[in-house]
Order: sequence, then structure tokens, then C-alpha cells
Amino acid sequence: MSMLNKQSKEALTDPLMKNNPISLQVLGICSALAVTVQLNTAVVMTLAVVAVLSISNTAISILRNMIPGKVRIIVQLSVIASLVILTDQILQAYMYDISKQLSVFVALIITNCIVMGRAEAFAMQNTPGKSFLDGLGNGLGYGGILISVAFFRELLGSGTLYGIPVIPDSFYDAGYQNMGLMVLSPGAFIILGLIVWFQRIFSGVQED
Amino acid sequence: MHSNSYTIMFTSIVTIILGGFLSVAASSLKDIQDMNVENDSKKNILSSLGYRAEEHSPWSSTDITKIYQSNIVSFVLDVDGNRTEIDPKSIDPEIDIENFPIYVDKRDGSINGYAIPISGKGLWSTLYGYFAIEPDGVTAKGITFYAHKETPGLGGEVDKPWFQKNFIGKKFIDENGKLVGIKVVKGKADPESPYEVDGISGATITSKGLESFLVDDLKKYEPFFRKVRNRGI
Repeated sequence: MSMLNKQSKEALTDPLMKNNPISLQVLGICSALAVTVQLNTAVVMTLAVVAVLSISNTAISILRNMIPGKVRIIVQLSVIASLVILTDQILQAYMYDISKQLSVFVALIITNCIVMGRAEAFAMQNTPGKSFLDGLGNGLGYGGILISVAFFRELLGSGTLYGIPVIPDSFYDAGYQNMGLMVLSPGAFIILGLIVWFQRIFSGVQED
Repeated sequence: MHSNSYTIMFTSIVTIILGGFLSVAASSLKDIQDMNVENDSKKNILSSLGYRAEEHSPWSSTDITKIYQSNIVSFVLDVDGNRTEIDPKSIDPEIDIENFPIYVDKRDGSINGYAIPISGKGLWSTLYGYFAIEPDGVTAKGITFYAHKETPGLGGEVDKPWFQKNFIGKKFIDENGKLVGIKVVKGKADPESPYEVDGISGATITSKGLESFLVDDLKKYEPFFRKVRNRGI
């Protein structure tokens, strides 16, 4: 970390907590609800978003002085869309089962506000190195929330973690039941709402 | 400010580079993806016929190929239910109205069941799956769905074990030998009736769609299963 100057470090670490794309900017909620029933899919989705976001930020930053202002959004979108299609193809080839579970949500990374938002707001003004770190940071910030939501949903909803049962049978014998609500989308809303709430208590952010 | 010709040049070059890049990636990954799709359909045929992987140790692709090759025989039927020499892989069961592929489970040498491809419209999408039938030609052995775009949590429940389990042991031929299909009823099915299963709450259109395309697909195979039943008696 000592290799990085302060600004670059902030580009990487700010989105992890202080300016998290999900819990503070409330972007990318749709996929955060859809892929968090199990840790498995949440982790793969995180990897996909981190890869797309950091590569698209770097590529757009390299091109930033060449992209004509009039068509910049469409150029950003072509780069992002190509990366997403590539990611989808790789998942279909090497992680077929998970790619089936993620179904349309990998393709929907194209419309994830975080990816285009970072391209337009950061990569168009900053150097490739910094843009890469910003993409990495935002991807991990997004993924961190995704994985925390998935952790609670899988634990409470299915009694497993990463597909492995963790609630002992004696609990079930004593009358414990998995919480069906957690498997459905409202469960994700509740967990996500709690995470946003707790984070704002600690960071002291107020909305007007 | 960039000129218009620069803008056009720039966008063309970007398009060509990205397009080229994607086509190289897509064509080099195609073989592996095709193999995955084939393995997935084999896996679904096996699971509709009641083969189950051990819990928490899912089948690898070599396991699937091995189990499939040593147990499943596939061939194509014509409209009269006679076996033909056509390769089942060359048939698209969704559109072909003259040739019907069938997958026969010959575990331990004797016939253990038949699986047929089923497909049809739900609410948002076409559902694809397999329906397996006991050697008596009357009783359902299982059902699976491997592709659909129904609402997760509602119509999407068709690919969940709780829903698919209901079909096992149900009958689609009534006492008079008439093809009646299996009704997917709203709410709870009559436990006494062998011809109906529980529907999915909030997914009436998916349930009704499934019920109607299941009958349609069974009709195509009826000449064959009539022979199976006659042979059995």
C-alpha cells in the first residue's frame, strides 16, 4: 500500500466503506436482490462485476482523450457491453451451472448503474492506474455487500453456507425452522435495509 | 472539439475491434459451451428418470457421460410410434411434428422407464424439460425443467424439487385407457386423485401452460405408449 499515493489509495478504499456504491449511493440494487439467495452465486457475481468494472474503467481511461464528447456514452457502453458478453461466455464455458443460476443477471451487468457511473464520473477524468483502482474498489464494495446479504440469506433461509449445512440437526429436532422469507426477494430488502441503516449510524451520513 | 469525420472513424474502429474480439472469444469457447449444454440435457434426462447424485458431491461431466452411456438408449419414433433409424441428436423436439426422440432407461438390462422431451409456453417464456414415464406406460416417473425464464419464486418454482416430486407416481391415462394428462390445480390437489398435482400459488398461467403442453407432448407419443401398454397386459 505504501506504493500508492493518497489519492490512489482513496480511489480504492473509499468505495469499500465510506462511499459504498450499494449502501451509500444505493446503486445496483436489482442484482443485489436477485443473486443473493446463496453465497455461491453472490461470489461469482462479485467476481464478474469486479472484472468488468476494473477492466472497463481502465480501458475507458486509456481512451478518454480520444473519445469524441458527442458519442462518449455510447462508446463507454460498447466497451462495457463487450466485456459483459465476454464474461457471460466464459461463465457459460467454465461454470455452466452457476451461469444458469445467474441467468440473465450477468447480462444485466451492462445496465448496472455502478459500471457506467464509474466510467462517466471517474475514468473519463483520471489516469488508467487510478481508474483501475477505482473500478476494483467499487467492484469489491458492491461485492462486499452482496456477500454479506447472501451470508445472512443462505444461513437463515436454507441453514447452509456455501451449500454446506451449518445448523446442527439437533436445532431442527428442537423445532427450529428455516426462514422461508429469506429465500424470497423481500428477505433481501430487509437485510439490505438493515445494512444501510447500520452503516449510516456508523458513518453519520444524513439524507435531506 | 472533434470533427464529425473523426467521430465516425473512431466509432467504426472501436466497433470493429470490439466485434472482432468478441467473435474470437465466442468461437473459441463454443466447443466447451456446446459440450456443457449436451451434458446438461443428459443430466436432466437422468434426473427425470430418478437418477440422483449423492448429496453435496454433484456429478462431474465424466460421471454424467459414464452413467448416461451405460444406461440410456435413445432413438426416434415416427408418428405411428415405430422406431426409426434417425439420430435423436438431429431432431429439434420443439418444432418437429413427425419425429419424436425418446430416451429409454435400460438399467440392469431391463426397461426401467422412458423419458421424453417436453416444451411449451408458460407466462413469459418457453419451458424446456423432460417427462419420465414408468415401463407400464401409464404412470409418471418424474419431471425436470432445464430452461425457462419464468418469474423466480413464482413460475420459476417449476424447476424446484418440491414441485417436481409431486408428479412422481401420478397417472396420465385414466381407467378407460384415455389420455387425460396431469392437472396442475390451483392450491392443493385432491390427495385421492391420481391425475392431479398441487399448483404453484401466484403462478396460475405457468401451471396451466405446463398442464396443456404436457398433454400435447404426451399425445405425440401416445401411439408408442399404447403399444407399450398392450405389450404389458
